[in-house]
Amino acid sequence: MTTMMELDQSYSVLREYGSEQSLLSKPDGSSTFVQGDTSILAGVYGPAEVKVSKEIYDRATVEVLIQPKMGLPGVRERAREQCVRETCEAALLLTLHPRSSVTVILQVIHDDGSLLSCCLNAACMALMDAGLPMSHLFCSVTCAISKEGQIIIDPTARQEKECPALLTFAIDSAECNVLMSSTTGSFSVQELQQCIAISQKASEQIFQFYRDSVKRRYSKIK
Amino acid sequence: MAAGFKTAEPLEYHRSFLKENCRPDGRELGEFRPTTLNISSVSTADGSALVKIGNTTVICGIKAELTTPPSDAPNRGYIVPNVDLPPLCSSKFRPGPPGEQAQAASQFIADVIESSDLINMEELCIEKSKLCWVLYCDIMCLDYDGNLLDACIIVLLAALKNAQLPEVTINKETDLAEADIQKKKPLKINRLPVGSSFAVFDDSIIIVDPTAEEESLSTALLTVVTDEEDRLCAVHKPGGTSLSGEKLQHCINRAITRNKEISKLVDKVTESTKTAK
Repeated sequence: MTTMMELDQSYSVLREYGSEQSLLSKPDGSSTFVQGDTSILAGVYGPAEVKVSKEIYDRATVEVLIQPKMGLPGVRERAREQCVRETCEAALLLTLHPRSSVTVILQVIHDDGSLLSCCLNAACMALMDAGLPMSHLFCSVTCAISKEGQIIIDPTARQEKECPALLTFAIDSAECNVLMSSTTGSFSVQELQQCIAISQKASEQIFQFYRDSVKRRYSKIK
Repeated sequence: MAAGFKTAEPLEYHRSFLKENCRPDGRELGEFRPTTLNISSVSTADGSALVKIGNTTVICGIKAELTTPPSDAPNRGYIVPNVDLPPLCSSKFRPGPPGEQAQAASQFIADVIESSDLINMEELCIEKSKLCWVLYCDIMCLDYDGNLLDACIIVLLAALKNAQLPEVTINKETDLAEADIQKKKPLKINRLPVGSSFAVFDDSIIIVDPTAEEESLSTALLTVVTDEEDRLCAVHKPGGTSLSGEKLQHCINRAITRNKEISKLVDKVTESTKTAK
């Protein structure tokens, strides 16, 4: 069954995605985000106390921890943490909570490609669940450019391995511009512009999904 | 009076310059700081280089060692870059294990080496599954005044061009590796990746080659790495405020011109050492 679906997969369509919020009791906000087989669990604590060495006098300090499925976090996780942290800092209204900390913890449950995208989407849903004030939402899409020059959106781990270039973008909900960009492999300027356009289009689907899930959740509260 | 204003309201101080389309150090918005390059500075290393972009000083030393190739790639050698930001270079960095900025920079350099296909890794292999070269590239910042990533890429490229590896043969009788230090060959560099860093101010103004002050006041940072065929090897924007498509294109165009300037500089320095010998 799964092999049939892989063959038929249209390359400009996101894999099946889903999310669940408020599953953990201790964190202020939590969520899982599933894209195909890639699954990330996110927990958010904040606004909370911050160590004096890390405090900023007029804004909150954002900390991100990415725990891989196996082993200790390494240099690769630190680079991803920097991307997630700076994207969250741009979206959150940090000046509302000076001398406080917002901690986002991301646990990799399963990695089947598009890991950084799934991390960012899970982080956004968890921040929404925690009720932290944000100026805009963000979502992330990964594009892979195959050897023949075809652009594959939301690639699986196998597709990522075969493709010479991999581009991940975070798009904001207010103006649909690029918030974060992380790329590996080499590509031309035209391919970059095409990937950005495709990512912006796909992000509309994900933002609609955010809206629907929030609507569904709050319509149950009487 | 200006010094007082600068300390009390650094953002307003910078804005007053940006309104006139220039910056506190007198540069235009699209102007890079003077870049100087020095190679073969470290005699104990197999290859080394020192670069200064304005006040930012970065040194790279390359040590080549023999090792067995990894089991998942038995016919390839590998390169291990490491970026170190010691407390010497800035008061921002405390002693202890490498911080997030150093680790993220190390990962970025490793990605650029792989993305740009800088060196053919198969050439670093001496005998399949038995022996290969591993190049340890230690990049250390001596003075941090912004724009670390550009300096790291330039210094790595220059050090690799400068590196000389001895010829290694495996003695068939003893099955041991023998390195002939008299015969040294330079590495074959396929591509010339060059990075250009930009800072975004107030969501709209883009400045090139930010200093440490400008970086701390900016709302977003972007680094674009291009190679000599105008292909992009990395578009690294770790977050911050959003950037529109046309501003991004403007940055890419500036990065392409910068590539040509730095390629000329690296070639000039490599040629000068050859003629000196």
